[in-house]
Amino acid sequence: MSSKMSSSLQSIEKKIRKMFQQPRKGETYELRAGLVSQYANERKDTIKQVIAAMTVGKDVSSLFPDVLKNIATHDLKQKKLVYLYLMNYAKTNPELVILAVNTFVQDTEDPNPLVRALAIRTMGCIRVDKMVDYMEIPLNRTLKDENPYVRKTAAICVAKLFELNREICIDNGFLEQLQALVEDPNPMVVANAINALSEIHEFDPSLQVLKITPELLKKFLLALNECTEWGRVTILTALSDYQAVSPGEASHIMDRVLPQLQHSNPSVVLSSIKVILLNIESLKDTKDYETILKKLSAPLVSLVSTPPEVQYVTLRNMRIIIEKYPTILTNYFKVFFVRYNDPLYLKLEKLEIIVRLAVDSNATQILNELKEYGFELEPDFVKRAVQAISQIGIKLPRKSEKAVEILILLLNERELYDEVIIALRDILRAYPEKSSLILPSVLHHHQNLTDSDAIGSFIWSLGEFNVENFDDQIAEYADNFKELDPNVQSSLLNSIVKTMVRRNELGHLFNKIFQEADDIESIEVRDEVFLYQRILSLDDREEIRKIILTKLNKINNTISYFQPDLLEFFIRQLSTLNSVLYTTAASSKVTKMSQVAHMKDITLRVANDENLLDFEDDDGTANLDANPQSSANILDELNDLFTNNTNTTSQTNHTQTNDLFGFSNNTNNSAGISNSNNNNNPNKTNQDLLDLF
Amino acid sequence: MASVIHFCDSKGKSLLSRDFKGDIPSWAIEKFPFLLVESEEEPSKASPIIQFNGINYLYITHNNLYLLAMTKSSGMDTNVAQIFLFLHKIITVLTEYFKRLEEESIRDNFVIIYELLDEMMDFGYPQITETKMLKEYITQRSYQLEKRQKKAQELGPPSAITNAVSWRKEGITYKKNEAFLDVIESVNMLINQQGKVLRSEILGKIKVKSQLSGMPDLRLGLNDKIIHTDHNSNSGKNVEMEDVKFHQCVRLSKFETDKIITFIPPDGEFDLMTYRLSTSLKPLILVDCQIVTHSKSRVVITARIKSQIKKKSTANNVEILIPVPEDADSPKFQYSHGKIKYDPANSQIVWKLKHFPGGKEYAMQAELGLPSVLNTDPDVKVKRPIKVNFQIPYFTTSGIQVRYLKIQEPKLQYQSYPWVRYITQSGDDYTVRVD
Repeated sequence: MSSKMSSSLQSIEKKIRKMFQQPRKGETYELRAGLVSQYANERKDTIKQVIAAMTVGKDVSSLFPDVLKNIATHDLKQKKLVYLYLMNYAKTNPELVILAVNTFVQDTEDPNPLVRALAIRTMGCIRVDKMVDYMEIPLNRTLKDENPYVRKTAAICVAKLFELNREICIDNGFLEQLQALVEDPNPMVVANAINALSEIHEFDPSLQVLKITPELLKKFLLALNECTEWGRVTILTALSDYQAVSPGEASHIMDRVLPQLQHSNPSVVLSSIKVILLNIESLKDTKDYETILKKLSAPLVSLVSTPPEVQYVTLRNMRIIIEKYPTILTNYFKVFFVRYNDPLYLKLEKLEIIVRLAVDSNATQILNELKEYGFELEPDFVKRAVQAISQIGIKLPRKSEKAVEILILLLNERELYDEVIIALRDILRAYPEKSSLILPSVLHHHQNLTDSDAIGSFIWSLGEFNVENFDDQIAEYADNFKELDPNVQSSLLNSIVKTMVRRNELGHLFNKIFQEADDIESIEVRDEVFLYQRILSLDDREEIRKIILTKLNKINNTISYFQPDLLEFFIRQLSTLNSVLYTTAASSKVTKMSQVAHMKDITLRVANDENLLDFEDDDGTANLDANPQSSANILDELNDLFTNNTNTTSQTNHTQTNDLFGFSNNTNNSAGISNSNNNNNPNKTNQDLLDLF
Repeated sequence: MASVIHFCDSKGKSLLSRDFKGDIPSWAIEKFPFLLVESEEEPSKASPIIQFNGINYLYITHNNLYLLAMTKSSGMDTNVAQIFLFLHKIITVLTEYFKRLEEESIRDNFVIIYELLDEMMDFGYPQITETKMLKEYITQRSYQLEKRQKKAQELGPPSAITNAVSWRKEGITYKKNEAFLDVIESVNMLINQQGKVLRSEILGKIKVKSQLSGMPDLRLGLNDKIIHTDHNSNSGKNVEMEDVKFHQCVRLSKFETDKIITFIPPDGEFDLMTYRLSTSLKPLILVDCQIVTHSKSRVVITARIKSQIKKKSTANNVEILIPVPEDADSPKFQYSHGKIKYDPANSQIVWKLKHFPGGKEYAMQAELGLPSVLNTDPDVKVKRPIKVNFQIPYFTTSGIQVRYLKIQEPKLQYQSYPWVRYITQSGDDYTVRVD
C-alpha cells in the first residue's frame, strides 16, 4: 500500500519536473533550433520568422542569445534584422547586449558605408548604459567619415547619445563636432546636424548649441536651395527662431525664402510662410510690405488642395493668419466653399474661415452658399452653417436682412427648428429693432422645438419682447419646472419675472417656483430664484422696473478672436501642434523653471496642455471685446453666483480690462482662448442683472 | 517629431510598427482603437489629431489602414504638417514598391517595410523618401556581401546622395533619348440649379517621363499663361490667380528671378510641376436635371446634358451620377445614347457615355417607384449633388501650351526627342446641384 503510494508520488513528481523543463516542442523551440542551424539559409529564414513573431506582438525575447549568435554576418539584410531585434529587446537583456558591442564597433569600420551607417544608427537606438560606454570611439570615427551618408547618420546619433548621457556627449566634444557639421559640404549632413542641434536645444536651451550667427545664417540660406524637402523644413524651422538684426537682413532672408513658396511639398511652403510672416513686420510701411504679403495669398490657397489632414493643419493655421492679416484671402473666399466629399472636420473648419472672410461685397454670395449647406446631411455641419449665417448677419449690419430671410427659409423649407431659433435669438440680440420681422417665425414654430437651448431662446424672447397670449405655454412649462434643463429654467424665470413687473401677471407662477425652490437641482438656478425674490421685494417699484426691464446692450459680433499676445504667439508657432489645437504648451523637455519664464514671455497666464480638442463645443471663441467686466470685484462674485453653466460671460459690455483672463471661469477653457457667449447660452437673466452693476 | 510609426488595421490594431525614440509607453497604441471609436461617436469633434494622456496621435487613412504617428513632445516641437506629409510619403513609397498597400501587403513584406522605415526616418526626422533613390539600395532580393565584394561601390548608399543632384544617379544610358510630357488638367466646378457656375478651378499638372542619358539639363518653355503671374493685379472681381509648385529638381531661385524653368530631371516618371488657376469657367459638360417627386408613388428624373467644348473635341468616358431617393425601386429608363444603370447601393443612377462629341446634346428620362408609406425622416429633404466624370484628350482648359523643351547634355551631345500630350479631365469635385 505504502509502496504504491510512494510510486504514484514519484510519477507525479516526474510530471511536475517535466512541466518545468524547457519545452522540446512548440514554436520557440523550433525557432531556437533554426537559429543555430548549420545552414545559413535556414538561419536567415528563422530570423525572419522571429521578426515576424515580434511584429505581431509575440514575446520572443527569450531567443536573445540565439539571435545574437547571428550578428556577425555579411548578409546585409540579415544584419539589419538582427539589429532590429536587438533594438527591440536590448532593454530586456541588457547584460547580453555587451556581447554585441564588438560587432557593432567592427561594423563602424566596415568598407561598406551602408554597414557603417547602420551600425552607428543602431547603436544610438540601443538605450542601454553599457552600450553608451562603447559609443565614443565609433561615433568619433563616423562623424569624420568620408562618406556623407555615414556622416548624416552619425550627426543624428549625437542627439541620441545626448539624451542618453549628456556628460559623455559634452565631455567628448561631440557638440562642437556637430556644430562643425553645419558647415559640411553635403546638404543632407547639414540638415541632420541642424536637426540634432535643435533636438539638443529643445532638451537644454541653456547650452545655446544652435545660436545663429551672421555666417551661419548665410550658410543656412545657401543650403536651403540644395536640401531635400525635409532638410528645407529643418532649415526653415531653425530660421523661424532667428530674429533679424535689421530690416535689411529681414528683407534678405525673405528674398531667399520666397522662392520656396513654389516647392511641391506643402510643409516646405507652410514653413516658408511662417519665416516670411516673422520677418515681414520689420518692413512695415514700405512698399515691399504689401508686395510680399500679396505673394503669400496664392500659395496659401493652394494648401487647400492638399490631402485632408494637411488641409486641416492649413485651415487651422489660416484662421491665425487671417486674423493678423484680414484681407490676405478675402478675394479667395470661394476656395473655402465646402466640397460635398470633404470630411466633416474640414467642412467645419472651412465655415470658420468663411465667416471671418465675409465682407459686404461678398456676403450675399456667401450667404447663398450657406443656405445650400442647410440642406446637407450631417447634423453638426448643418447646425454650424446655420450659426454661420447668423454670425455674418450680426457682423455685417447691411446683410442682416438677407441673413434673416435665409434663416426663415431654412426654418420653413428644411424644418431646422432648433438650429434656426437659436440663430434668430442671436440676431434678435444684435438687432432688437427687427423683432417684428423675426418674432412671428420664432413663435409660430415653438411647438416643434426639442433642443433645450432653442426652447430657452423661445421663452427668453417672450419675456424680452413682451409677447402676449403665451401665458398658457409659460404656465405649462412652469408646472414642470423641476424637470426642465437649467438654462430653460433660467429663461423661464426671466420671462416670468419680466411679465410680472410689466403687466402684473404670472405672479402666482413665480410664487410657486419660489416655494419649491429648495427642490431645484441646479444651485445656480436656485440662487437666481432667491435673487429675483429679493429684488421683487424691494419697496421702490420704479427701482424694480429699472432692474428687471433694463434692455441688454446689443451684441455686434459673435465670431471669436484671439487676443493680441496670443495671436503673436501662434504666428510664431505656425505648422506646429500648438497652432493647430490652439494650445500654448511649451517644450516638454524644458525644465519647469524656464517653462515658467517662457510662459511669462508670452504673457499668458494659463499654461495647461490639457486635451483641448473638446473646446470646439465652446465654439473656440476667444473674444476680448466680449469682456464684460466693468467692475471686476462685484462681477467676480456675481459670476460665482450665476454660473449655471460654464459660460456666463457676455458680450454686452465692452469695457476693456487689464485682466485678460479674469473672467474666464470656464474649466474647459484653453489657455487664453477666452470664451465669449456666442454659444447658445440663453441664460440672459444673469446678464440682465450683471448690467446693473 | 514622430516618436513611433504604426500601421494599423481598420479597427486601429497595430500590424507593424517602428519605434524611433522609445519614449511612448506601450499602452498608448492599445488605447488607439478606443480613441477611434470615441471620435466616431462625436463626429463634430473628430479630427486627424487626438490627444490622450500626454500622447499626440496623428493619423491618416489609406485602404482601410490607419497610418499613425505618435509623439510625446509638446505642441511647440511637433511639426504637424511635416508629420502628416511624411505619413503620406510612406504610402507613396510603399505603393511604388508593392503596387497596392493594404493589410496583406504589409504582412507579406514586413522585412522590406522595416528596412524602408529605417532609411526614411531616423530618430523621428525624415531622411531619404525618394522611391527612386531607395530602390537603388533597398530591393526585394537579397544579396551576399561576400560574393560581390568587388562591386562594393554598388552596394553602398546611392552615389547620388553624395552629389548635389540627389535625385539622379550618374551613368544612365538610353539608346534612344526621349522625354514625354503629359499636361493634365483636372477641372473642379460647382454649378447651381440654374446652370450658373459658383466656383471653378483648374488643377494642372505636368508629368514627365524622362528616358535620357547622362546628366541632361532641361529647359521648359511655356506660353505666358502660367509663368507671368502678376501678383499685383489680383484686385477687383474676376480674380485670376495662379500658383505654381515645382518638383525639387527645378531651380526655384532661377524661376523666381527669371521665370525660367530649368532642371536636371530624375530618371523615369515624375511630376515636374503643378499649378492652379481659379478663373471663372463655363461648364464643360452642362447638366440640366429636373427631379419631380410624386410622394408615395414615384420620382421622375429628366436630364439633358450638353457638351460645351469645341466641335472637334470629344469627351470620353463620361459618367453622370444622379442621386435618387434611398427607398426608390423598379427603375424604368428612356434614353437614346450611352448606357444607364441603377446603382441602389449608392442610391444613384449612372449614365455612361463612351464618347460625347463637342456641341452635342443628349437627354434621358428615368422613373423610379417610391414606397407607398411616406418617409417621415427629415433627412429626406437632404439634397445631394450630381457628380460628373469625363476626360477630354488633346485639350487644355487653361490654354497652357508647351512651346519648347530644350534638352542639353554637355558631355554626350545626343539627339533627343520631346513629346507632349494634353488632356483635360474632371477633378474630384465636378458637381451640379439639384432642387
